[in-house]
Amino acid sequence: MAHIRAHRVLPGFGLSLGFTLAYLSLIVLVPLAAVFLKTITLTPEAFWQTVSAPRVVASYRLTFGTSLLAAAINVVFGLLLAWSLVRYRFPGKRLVDALVDLPFALPTAVAGISLTALYAKNGWLGQYLEPLGIKVAFTPLGVLVALIFIGLPFVVRTVQPVLEDLDTEIEEAAASLGAGRWQTVWRVVLPTLLPALLTGFALAFARAVGEYGSVIFIAGNLPMVSEITPLIIITKLEQYDYTGATAVAAVMLVASFVLLLTINGLQGWTDRRAARNG
Amino acid sequence: MAGAATALGGLRGAARFEANTATRDPAWVKGLVLSLSLGFFLLFLLLPLIAVFVEALRRGWSVYLAALIEPDAVSAIRLTLLTAAIAVPLNLVFGIAAAWTITKFDFRGKQMLITFIDLPFSVSPVIAGLIYVLVFGAQGWFGPWLGEHGIKIIFAVPGIVLATVFVTFPFVARELIPLMQAQGRDEEEAALVLGASGWQMFRKITLPNIKWALLYGVILCNARAMGEFGAVSVVSGHIRGVTNTMPLHVEILYNEYQFAAAFAVASLLALLALVTLAVKTYVEWRASQTAQPGEVP
Repeated sequence: MAHIRAHRVLPGFGLSLGFTLAYLSLIVLVPLAAVFLKTITLTPEAFWQTVSAPRVVASYRLTFGTSLLAAAINVVFGLLLAWSLVRYRFPGKRLVDALVDLPFALPTAVAGISLTALYAKNGWLGQYLEPLGIKVAFTPLGVLVALIFIGLPFVVRTVQPVLEDLDTEIEEAAASLGAGRWQTVWRVVLPTLLPALLTGFALAFARAVGEYGSVIFIAGNLPMVSEITPLIIITKLEQYDYTGATAVAAVMLVASFVLLLTINGLQGWTDRRAARNG
Repeated sequence: MAGAATALGGLRGAARFEANTATRDPAWVKGLVLSLSLGFFLLFLLLPLIAVFVEALRRGWSVYLAALIEPDAVSAIRLTLLTAAIAVPLNLVFGIAAAWTITKFDFRGKQMLITFIDLPFSVSPVIAGLIYVLVFGAQGWFGPWLGEHGIKIIFAVPGIVLATVFVTFPFVARELIPLMQAQGRDEEEAALVLGASGWQMFRKITLPNIKWALLYGVILCNARAMGEFGAVSVVSGHIRGVTNTMPLHVEILYNEYQFAAAFAVASLLALLALVTLAVKTYVEWRASQTAQPGEVP
């Protein structure tokens, strides 16, 4: 103990740690614990009945399914966008680079009504899609569009720095050993980017699963069809079904915790990979 | 990276890759990748942003302005500003304290503390609202006691502030921790050895070192605080002119088919987002300017 103390030259350890822990507990940990304490007041049967009701299960399928698909689409286009920003010169690049973060800064409700205006039947894009038989607004496809919007920066911003720090030497080595450009990218560059791509995927997915504001305007919120799980929680709250809302929230929280741990693991992998390459 | 840049005659950024035959893509590949990625960018990011402003001004400036000076809109703007004015400083102080603890001292459980600080990012905003209903709502832990003493938290302003503090909790800490980790402890320790007091050391050494990251964290925290929808929607009760923030006001107008007015209020929030991105770009530019002289030995 004494020799640990000796290393603490800087002041304020007790004060800053104490304040950090107290504030964290009051704002985050204790209120979150309320979800689980409320859930255990339910009997296991009642809990199971609530969280496995057909309407709730349909919402899991929609929420997790569209989130997976949106994250996968964002991995592809996020990689292309990061590649363009790092590797190519083109006019307006600074503007594109700055606006990639728009979904982080734009309030979700604003994104929601704007996307709806674009994809509604008589909207900017909807009027051309509707005659082709493609309905976006007020269908699960609309949910997908909203989730693509909010998830894109996560992939770009995790891949971009890794791509920037990538040593050109490994590509030079591959080329001098006779690899074609495509072979080099596929066999040398992409494997190096894999941890970052997976981290970006997981971050975009985690954000999409909990998303509410941008989705509810464009989803149409039809039970069994286009109703996301966060909306189920809201609906139950509005009916004063607090235990029901809490049970569904507990399921979502457990999913979030699992995702958070996965992301932490992936980020550790990315950092180790970067340290080895650098 | 510095070595590669000098080898290619000091080329920076993408030029470095385009000048090197080993990393240069064929022109048709560049064309294809650029049109796919920029097409995606245009469709999914730029178009929604433009649509906000076009829809807001569709019925003309007079309708636009009327939507912004109408009493309910003004009270929503005022409540949003008040909420941010409370939530941002709280999380600013927390962010500095947390980053100071984590980066300047060694203790057991540090990694777990960092994970806990990140928790609000991975919790759905709807759940962020729900947890305060469970604690302070009429049916909640403190509900009966609060009711007896005539204190209202849920469906009132304190609940909105609490939910906002929760969703913006990690922003400042997240920006400071990696930077202060990289800066280490030497400068602060030197200041103390030379006789500075704790407060002098913080003001003269730590604060100048972290000011840009701090500003960026505050700006991000503020944008989210003013724009939060899901969490605030659960605890607000949607009382017009009393517990409606700007995003909630947008929702009400939209659901009443007052589209031009909804987009007018939304455009203020979109402007806030653009200012946030501009400050972010400036801060990053400043950070890269100050980092460069340090790289030269």
